[in-house]
Amino acid sequence: MTVLVSALVLAPQSAVRAHETNQINQLKRQLELMQENFEKVQRAQREQIEALTRQLNEVIHQQTTTTEQKKLEAQLALDLATNQPAATASANALEKAPWSPAQPLTVARSGASYLNLSFDGMFAVGGSSAQDIEALEFGGHDPKQNGFTVQNLEMTLDGKVDPYFKGQANIVLQIDPDGETIIEAEEAFLETISLPWNLQVKAGQYYTQFGRINPTHPHTWDFVDQPLVIGRFLGPDGLRNPGAQVSWLAPTPFYSELFLSVQNSGGETATSFRDAAGTELITQHPGVDTSVENAGDMLYSPRYVMSFDLGDEHTLVLGGSGAFGPNASGPDGRTAIYGADLFYKWKSRNHDKGFPFVTWQTEYLYSHYDAAAYSGSPGFPASAATTINNWGLYSQVSYGFRPRWVASLRGDYVTGQPGDFWANPLLDDRYRISPALTFFPSEFSKIRLQYNYDHIQNTGVENSVWFQFEFLLGAHSAHRF
Amino acid sequence: MNHVLKPLLAAALLTGALTAQAKLTIVVTTPDLASLAEAVGGTQIDLTTLARPTEDPHFVDAKPSFIVKLNRADALIEGGAELEIGWLPPLLTGARNSKLASGALGYIRANEGIQMLEVPTALDRSEGDIHAAGNPHFLVDPENAKIIARHLADVFCKLDAANCATYQTNLKKFLEELDVKMVEWQKQLAPFKGEQIVAYHNSWVYFARRFGLRIDLFLEPKPGIPPSPAHLASVITKMKADKTRVIIVDPYLNRRTAETVARNTGATVVDVAQMPGGVKGTEGGYMALMDYLVNSLAKALIQRN
Repeated sequence: MTVLVSALVLAPQSAVRAHETNQINQLKRQLELMQENFEKVQRAQREQIEALTRQLNEVIHQQTTTTEQKKLEAQLALDLATNQPAATASANALEKAPWSPAQPLTVARSGASYLNLSFDGMFAVGGSSAQDIEALEFGGHDPKQNGFTVQNLEMTLDGKVDPYFKGQANIVLQIDPDGETIIEAEEAFLETISLPWNLQVKAGQYYTQFGRINPTHPHTWDFVDQPLVIGRFLGPDGLRNPGAQVSWLAPTPFYSELFLSVQNSGGETATSFRDAAGTELITQHPGVDTSVENAGDMLYSPRYVMSFDLGDEHTLVLGGSGAFGPNASGPDGRTAIYGADLFYKWKSRNHDKGFPFVTWQTEYLYSHYDAAAYSGSPGFPASAATTINNWGLYSQVSYGFRPRWVASLRGDYVTGQPGDFWANPLLDDRYRISPALTFFPSEFSKIRLQYNYDHIQNTGVENSVWFQFEFLLGAHSAHRF
Repeated sequence: MNHVLKPLLAAALLTGALTAQAKLTIVVTTPDLASLAEAVGGTQIDLTTLARPTEDPHFVDAKPSFIVKLNRADALIEGGAELEIGWLPPLLTGARNSKLASGALGYIRANEGIQMLEVPTALDRSEGDIHAAGNPHFLVDPENAKIIARHLADVFCKLDAANCATYQTNLKKFLEELDVKMVEWQKQLAPFKGEQIVAYHNSWVYFARRFGLRIDLFLEPKPGIPPSPAHLASVITKMKADKTRVIIVDPYLNRRTAETVARNTGATVVDVAQMPGGVKGTEGGYMALMDYLVNSLAKALIQRN
């Protein structure tokens, strides 16, 4: 640098004294040469420095990996021997400490990124005596054919949006029997973190809080397929739509919470309501185009749930739900669905990884479907206004008899009014018995074997055996009770 | 004017008096943290513990009744190292309590200021159930208990300034007692420096480091993965070669597996716990638990010598 500066200083001085252009040029050339040389030397030195630093780092790293434990202990012993500052102060000191090679480097850590990301893959393989398996297994994520079914490829993103909201999205991919990939925005909603008066608001696209199965995703289920009554009344993909929900944690000594949800009443994720396909299935004539005229045409779903601990090991949850809204049978068509649910769990106070345990879950649903008068269309005769009442229930018991192993049994029943049109497993009186055995290699994978004995009015008995396997990658968000 | 102001003033004074007298409502995830909160908070706090001392703290159920407890709490004490990640987050969402918001004074992460061990360099679940924040079983090192007790006293003082002196007195008493005990414990285990102990699950790294023991051989092949015969065989071979004499088992883990290994090696199975109340004789709190751990290990190691 000094050379450069002195050259620059000298150059104009000489030029002024000599008044000769030759000399200026000569000096200029000299200057250029010196600059070039200087840069070359600098480059070489930089390379040398870098090489030496690399070598040094390698040596340091080798040394520290062998002696890091001893160093750490010595350092900690020293720290602990001297009087320690307050915990919060030492925490701050720890955060501000510069990184040293002895410290472990964490690539990714929960809380270090803005969102939790997970992927769930769930598949079934098996076969059934039924001709039309898609009609037999009505649920959107149920096995669909003899052989393999891709039941659910689900990506879940969740995290805190800001100090006011949490956000969650579940994007689902499915591959249908024709090999077509279907994409579904199953859920995408925000939830408030801390509103006053024990309130919480959820808004966006979400599963309606109705009973126990409806708000959950298939990978949390105890069986390969959806309960019959849930599929018929709430729909193959469950009851979910865009909307907003407010919930209130009541000031009772036991847990009790009240939910009230307002959602759109149309579309195939509201089959018992303003959905043309769902209506045709129930009324046997095409659905009528209806529109939302006023607030009464929305879907309203209240739910009240309470829970009691019966000692250390027993927990009981009781709930009541309703879903009210217009249907697509005509302008005056209305549907009301009522549900009552019970969940009981016993879990040993000495449990290992959550085992052993026993759970018992039952849901009863009643559907009151007011079909409007139908004026008739080609192929579909006119019909008077009528009311179709149906009910159904399922009851299931699961016994986690040893770590990683769960044996389950489920009974399904659903009535088929008006019925007797033609044999249709989607409408007829039907009951089903399903034993299942599940093995969890870890919390992140699962293998399940299930048998279904299916008795359908007007059709007879169908037998099915399904084998299911599942894996989960990434963050595994905790399940609600 | 006066007739309006007077009742208002009286009401304000009354509420002030009431809040000053009200106890701090504290919810704690695990019984070990609860024992420290009790030592520092004494009779000034109303304490609720979520996990039972005998159960696997990784797999506690997110019972709805816990939501109610969290909803009404002034503060929550949790480990901070993801031990409770499988059940605490949905409870906190359900509780909708702004006092327990992340970053709020009432949200206490016990591992603040603690040097976490075994922080993984890469997150790979084929290595078993590893915790991204490091091994979460840090409280069986009494030096860590001191850090946490100081932290708790600090936060309790901020939440309830009126009773700060009581918290500081309780803290001082706890620390002094712990210092006396620590000397005893160190003396008791001193003859066994470098001695190998086999554990069912890798939850004793902090204890081992503090008392100069080696607890680095496990019945589980990887954390959270149940013992396989092949792995147990290799453990037995290793134990025989090293003349290892003691196997420790937590109350919720399969004692029979440990007994099988003990039969094959002539070792003794010792029941241990991370949580006060986890085994008989540890119900008295943190000191009782540490006393029990040190005594039973020293006894087992002497017997076999």
